[in-house]
Amino acid sequence: MSTATAIVKPVMPERHYLNDNYGIRSWLLTKDHKRIAILYLFSISFFFLLGGIFAALIRLHLLTPNGELFQADTYNKLFTMHGVNMVFFFLIPSVPAVLGNFLMPIMVGAKDLAFPKVNLLSWYIYMVGATFSLIAMVSGGVDTGWTFYAPLSSGYLRTHVIAMAVGILFAGFSSIFTGLNFIVTVHRMRAPGMTWGRLPLFVWANYAASLIMILGTPVLAITLILLALERGFHIGIFDPKLGGDPVLFQHMFWFYSHPAVYIMILPGMGVVSEIVTCFSRKRVFGYSFIAFSSIAIAVFGFVVWAHHMFVAGISVYSALVFSLLSYAVAIPSAVKVFNWTATMYKGSVKMDTPMLYAVAFIGLFTIGGLTGLFLAALGLDVHVHDTYFVIAHFHYVMVGGMVTAYMGGLHFWWPKLTGRMYPEAPAKLAAIVTFIGFNLTFFPQFILGYLGMPRRYWAYPPEFQVLNVLSTAGASILSVGFILPLLYFLYSLKYGEVAGDNPWQATGLEWETSSPPPTHNFHQIPVVTKEPYAYGEDAEVPVVH
Amino acid sequence: MSTSQTTTTEHHPALAHQFDSMEQQQDASTFGMWVFLLTEIMMFGGLFTAYLIYRLKYYPAFVAGSTSISVGWGFANTLVLIGSSFTMAMAVWAAQKGYRKSQVWLLLATMVLGAAFLGVKAKEYYDKWDECHIPGHVIGKGFNTWGGCSVTNKSLGNIAEEIRDPKHHGNPNIPEGAAEQTARQTEIFFSFYFAMTGLHAFHMVIGLGLLTWLLLRARGGEFGPSYYTPVELGGLYWHFVDIVWIFLFPLLYLISRHQHGV
Amino acid sequence: MQSNIPIFPEQASSMAAQVDSLYLFLVLITTFFSLLIAILILIFAIKYRRTPERQAEQIHGSTLLEIIWTVIPLGISMVIFVWGAVIYYHMERAPSNPLEIYGVGKQWMWKFQHPNGQREINTLHVPTGRDVKVTMISQDVIHSFFVPAFRVKQDVLPNRYVFTWFRATVPGTYHLFCSQYCGTKHSGMVGDVIVMTPDDYSTWLASGKAEGSLASLGEKAFQQYGCTTCHRPDSGARGPNLQGLFGRPVRLVDNRVVLADDNYIRESILEPNAKVVSGFQSIMPTFRGVVSEDEIIAITEYIKHLAPQEANPLNNRSTPTQIRDSEVPNIQQQNMQQEKQQQENKQQPQKTPQGTRPANPSGKKP
Repeated sequence: MSTATAIVKPVMPERHYLNDNYGIRSWLLTKDHKRIAILYLFSISFFFLLGGIFAALIRLHLLTPNGELFQADTYNKLFTMHGVNMVFFFLIPSVPAVLGNFLMPIMVGAKDLAFPKVNLLSWYIYMVGATFSLIAMVSGGVDTGWTFYAPLSSGYLRTHVIAMAVGILFAGFSSIFTGLNFIVTVHRMRAPGMTWGRLPLFVWANYAASLIMILGTPVLAITLILLALERGFHIGIFDPKLGGDPVLFQHMFWFYSHPAVYIMILPGMGVVSEIVTCFSRKRVFGYSFIAFSSIAIAVFGFVVWAHHMFVAGISVYSALVFSLLSYAVAIPSAVKVFNWTATMYKGSVKMDTPMLYAVAFIGLFTIGGLTGLFLAALGLDVHVHDTYFVIAHFHYVMVGGMVTAYMGGLHFWWPKLTGRMYPEAPAKLAAIVTFIGFNLTFFPQFILGYLGMPRRYWAYPPEFQVLNVLSTAGASILSVGFILPLLYFLYSLKYGEVAGDNPWQATGLEWETSSPPPTHNFHQIPVVTKEPYAYGEDAEVPVVH
Repeated sequence: MSTSQTTTTEHHPALAHQFDSMEQQQDASTFGMWVFLLTEIMMFGGLFTAYLIYRLKYYPAFVAGSTSISVGWGFANTLVLIGSSFTMAMAVWAAQKGYRKSQVWLLLATMVLGAAFLGVKAKEYYDKWDECHIPGHVIGKGFNTWGGCSVTNKSLGNIAEEIRDPKHHGNPNIPEGAAEQTARQTEIFFSFYFAMTGLHAFHMVIGLGLLTWLLLRARGGEFGPSYYTPVELGGLYWHFVDIVWIFLFPLLYLISRHQHGV
Repeated sequence: MQSNIPIFPEQASSMAAQVDSLYLFLVLITTFFSLLIAILILIFAIKYRRTPERQAEQIHGSTLLEIIWTVIPLGISMVIFVWGAVIYYHMERAPSNPLEIYGVGKQWMWKFQHPNGQREINTLHVPTGRDVKVTMISQDVIHSFFVPAFRVKQDVLPNRYVFTWFRATVPGTYHLFCSQYCGTKHSGMVGDVIVMTPDDYSTWLASGKAEGSLASLGEKAFQQYGCTTCHRPDSGARGPNLQGLFGRPVRLVDNRVVLADDNYIRESILEPNAKVVSGFQSIMPTFRGVVSEDEIIAITEYIKHLAPQEANPLNNRSTPTQIRDSEVPNIQQQNMQQEKQQQENKQQPQKTPQGTRPANPSGKKP
């Protein structure tokens, strides 16, 4: 690729996981983690597209203040389905189930995940969940909001809440199985010499996210089961008319759904750690601090849920405790940002597409994280809670953070997935367009939120229109940024340059095997003798065949 | 692991390709099972927490509801499950030792006890149905409108009476009005009763399915000293389901048996 | 251009400036750190761009730096935490002697009742310069009372009373939003908060067609539902005497002591056997599904206005006597003050001409 070492033109390996065998059966019954990753890639891309279309319609509708494009109930269905699709069917599986599935075993030097059948099962369960959610959407939609607050969802709305809840339940079990597989693989399947201190930070991040998946998701499952029972049989768990407590639903829901935002961001942080080191050609700054901050985020993440409920009628004292603990989560996030920045210091920085996405992540995540401080500050949260400020904040973290990292990771490992390079010029363009479009879409929403525009409003006072128009304009640019990669990725499958084993001259076991890797990942199980990110050590290509 | 490949004597037929050795496979599988049981604990934990919150809020109603279910059958079921845990543990031991016949018989005994538990549970459910203690409704309105029950018939009445009846450990000093209100609130108790025992019974059914699969493999003589992981994992799961019941029994059946609250 | 794109909401309450100063502090922090990171990245990307001549310089990390960038954010966030907590604590504590307004949220409207019986829907008139406490409940799902210009927000729950308070400072018309998604017409559950000078407010209060004060409506309901049959101030009464009850501790049959507040009274009407007063039997039937939230509010207001115990010494079983007076906060004093103020409010309007609503002073919307 870059320097003088690429004298020999790389060729595709003769046999690899993609051409090992053919036919639909070889894909649907595969136990190869790489093929399952590809299955996930297609499934979540579909839901990303679907969720994106809903988002586009929402933004289009909000061009005018008086709700002229859709009826109110249609609009409510749009934002509900946008949220459900993006959160449960795209963001949570995005990096773990696609990139994680593909890379975790290779990165620790294993032939596969610990339980390949469970891994395949998790994809099937995901598809069952996806089917339920599609049925719910096609047969009329759901308009509860992705948060499903009772008693509105359990007793008042007439839409397909139960089907959607069952869909999410299945998606949840799918992520439990993925998390379980990752944890066992990291604990028990590491190659000789791959000590915990030598694990790539991507593995650490996914390990931390897996902890949340296995500990948090079951609580969401039981919450949704209770909600469905209440709705189906009219029993009083959450509905005060029948003796229940609606605030209990919020506690149970956020006990999962707050940690879930760390499922959505931690793996993205792992991706960024890999990219920043590679494109700065430097050891990561403060390895153990980045690794342990992932675990710290996962652990603290479980004790901050009620910061979604400062105005929900909880006691002042519990609000104080949850606010204080929320700042405890902010610190490890800040530590990561500083360490990534410091990693670039005195490096040899090359701004290829993955790096563009990575630095975009650092910037946008910084804004997303810092605006989280606004929401954790009790007296200020009272004003901005449930306004567009919250929308802007979590889109800076979820889209500016996770989706950006996912795109960066997809570009970075695309040559490993497919054996071919994507075209650099349009990719750089897409990264820049996405960055501009994203900021134009969501920055005005911070202002809108502080002005007081509540979220989930079908119509809004006319003085908010200018900012909404700006936001919609940004969204149209953003959508171009997301469609471009789809086109050139497809193009590259056939016409892309053959990448070779290690086009970025990166460290890490995944770059020591061929691109695409063979079905059993390695021709010979590697023995690890080096620290991760040993970029300085044997100056150039560390390829071992 | 190129070095360890030479030390492992032979490629065991049950060794999956991703593992280097049988030890690693067993180790990873057992660890995976524990992680899975951790998720189960979180799931039941969420349900138990919700139960405890409502038990504090509606204590008298929970006492009344608890009094109306049969401690005798519940206790019998506890014994049945403890017995089944014993036979299961023995089955794992037999598998470890490679005693093929004992494995089969012990697994079968476990299944019989499991089925007996479900049978008793079904009887208890039927009693509740008969007494019109099924919470919620699909059509119609109010507590107990399933299967010909209505708000006016014995359902509420018998709990309300029991609350005041000394024969049922009730307190005759409780006024009728209060007893009736408490009786109405037992609907939440019954919701949790059915949700918790139902989820538990669902796990039992899955357990029976697992045991059937193990039984078939045990008959084929697959398990022995070098490979008994599936039996061991099945055992772990079965014990976990038993332990859940050990918590459910006092929580649901033994709330303040000696007296009614208010 | 600037007039078209507002970037800062109006400040119309005593709280607004406090919240805004914390907001501006945080905007400053955010800007500083975002720029710091962005500029560092930019500098590193340019200065250390990849060239064939220069190799990256390997640095493992620095514990000192890690400590610095752990401790500094920790310090800053503790400042923000304390600042935010102080404001919140202030918001969550009920002011003494406020003007009390009751609100009921339902799909999809807000209903408000003033102490003199004046009712309004989707508008709320309040005076400047006076602490206003809005006690609210929902008839169906969870709603949220949000007035951006006041920087107040409170989820309105269907099973218990919650309150929020504010002291309006600038007359005008401001948005009232429901900010908790509550169903199809969530965005239609909006209204206006009309802030008036105290004089205009009392004129407005008098102009309505109130059917009598809220307490008198409560009294009517109290009689209509037959509450007086048992809740009488004499020794033979089967229910506790309610005179002077409000705001005082009550001893229950199980020896617990609870405060007789809005939520206690509401619960006692809907779930009478939940907290039975010591010395009484739970014979009261439930009024769930019979009495509306509006009526419960009126009855509560009536109970608040019942004269304290001293006036009716007959029923010595009644609750307040069981608690020593020294344990009781000076509720009676407050009640009396409040009553005085309300009488003043009632008297004033008689002087002003009736029937005409005052024009909105310095309306907000252009």
